[in-house]
Amino acid sequence: MARTVWDSTVGKKTVMAVSGIVMLLYLVAHMIGNLKIFFGAGEFNHYAHWLRTVGEPFMHEEWTLWIVRVVLVVAVIAHAVSAYQLSRRDLRARPDKYVHKKARTSYATRTMRWGGVILALFIVWHLLDLTTGTVHSGGFETGKPYQNVVDTFSTWYGNVIYIVAMLAVGLHIRHGFWSAAQTLGVGSRTRDRALKTIAHALALLLTAGFLAVPVGVMTGVVS
Amino acid sequence: MKLNLRVWRQKNADADGAMSTYEVDGISPDMSFLEMLDTLNEELILKGEDPVAFDHDCREGICGACSLVINGDAHGPERTTTCQLHMRSFEDGDTIDVEPWRASAFPVVKDLVVDRSAFDRIIQAGGYITAPTGSAPEAHATPVPKPDADLAFEHAECIGCGACVAACPNGAAMLFTSAKVNHLNVLPQGAPERETRVLDMVAQMDEEGFGGCTLAGECATACPKGIPLTSITGMNREWLRATRRAGKR
Repeated sequence: MARTVWDSTVGKKTVMAVSGIVMLLYLVAHMIGNLKIFFGAGEFNHYAHWLRTVGEPFMHEEWTLWIVRVVLVVAVIAHAVSAYQLSRRDLRARPDKYVHKKARTSYATRTMRWGGVILALFIVWHLLDLTTGTVHSGGFETGKPYQNVVDTFSTWYGNVIYIVAMLAVGLHIRHGFWSAAQTLGVGSRTRDRALKTIAHALALLLTAGFLAVPVGVMTGVVS
Repeated sequence: MKLNLRVWRQKNADADGAMSTYEVDGISPDMSFLEMLDTLNEELILKGEDPVAFDHDCREGICGACSLVINGDAHGPERTTTCQLHMRSFEDGDTIDVEPWRASAFPVVKDLVVDRSAFDRIIQAGGYITAPTGSAPEAHATPVPKPDADLAFEHAECIGCGACVAACPNGAAMLFTSAKVNHLNVLPQGAPERETRVLDMVAQMDEEGFGGCTLAGECATACPKGIPLTSITGMNREWLRATRRAGKR
């Protein structure tokens, strides 16, 4: 069965849909967690520390965190590999372009591929910036995420990279969520309006929720 | 009407093609697009030139033989087949671009004619039902609920013209294949091959080199028969169901 799924374009799309939903659920949790920055350094740092102790005493320190990380890495790789293979196939299937050009698909649909590449690059920067601190602007301190976030959003490039990526994630979700529903066969004529509304709402909510943090730092609400 | 035509000319499958410009005069707004091309071809023949090759058959919008991407739209600006498109949809003095369907699974044979036999092979893979031959069976022998019959008929309207592939930015044949799958899978007559049909037809579709679906929705907009985009969702649902069942066996 695994072979049937992976060898088929419809199967690869299923892999994309499922891995996309996994990442989407993570983003919702991530966004909610981020908002704690508006309640002060104490609460935010405490929340960040809690992420390492979730599940104790059943789980050892950071076990839950590492399980989440492994699931996410698998989801990102599955999503990216199937997207790459499907895109190669799509481009091969239409080698000759029409002389009379007409762009009709929505902006969100047209930017799925490059938007995805932008997001992949963003994730690398984001991890190097706020998880490992390798490319962090100020003096990165483990266990002081509040200060680290403020440092990042005190630089112009930190803000630019983040804002571009969050707009990209909104567009990606807008088309991606609705598409995943079609791929998994849950869409229908009667549900179409509801699914599109949920896709728009999710995209808007996540983009706004994530952008609240850099905006908060820029306006001095968070400092 | 006087029109400027820019038509894709290509001697054969191996030759390089290019857009050639022609002027046609004396076109009536009541002519169909194909009649306008007939007029052009008559002039070309009189001049001793090679007429423009294009596919056509019934010329009443039911056979699916005509094609043509007109000004970037499969079957032109109206939601119908090229044979049912009339010149009143254009203005006097317009420049009109006429191109063949573009997809690697639909190679150009000559000028505007493409080879659509990939569709035939998708049908051969599962677009049929197993039924005893002979005289027509009693219509009431197999009851079909009205909503199912309507759904089947909506998908049965597909004439296999290939506009969906031509319009798709990925050259995908998902709308065509899904129309055929849904048409038969919803009916009791199609039930015995319900799983193998969708698995085999999707496999053949991939085999032919069509692209995948990115839900751009261009296919359903171009379809002269109004096959809805949700048809693809229905096929995905059938494919997942069949895959789960095949895994259990």
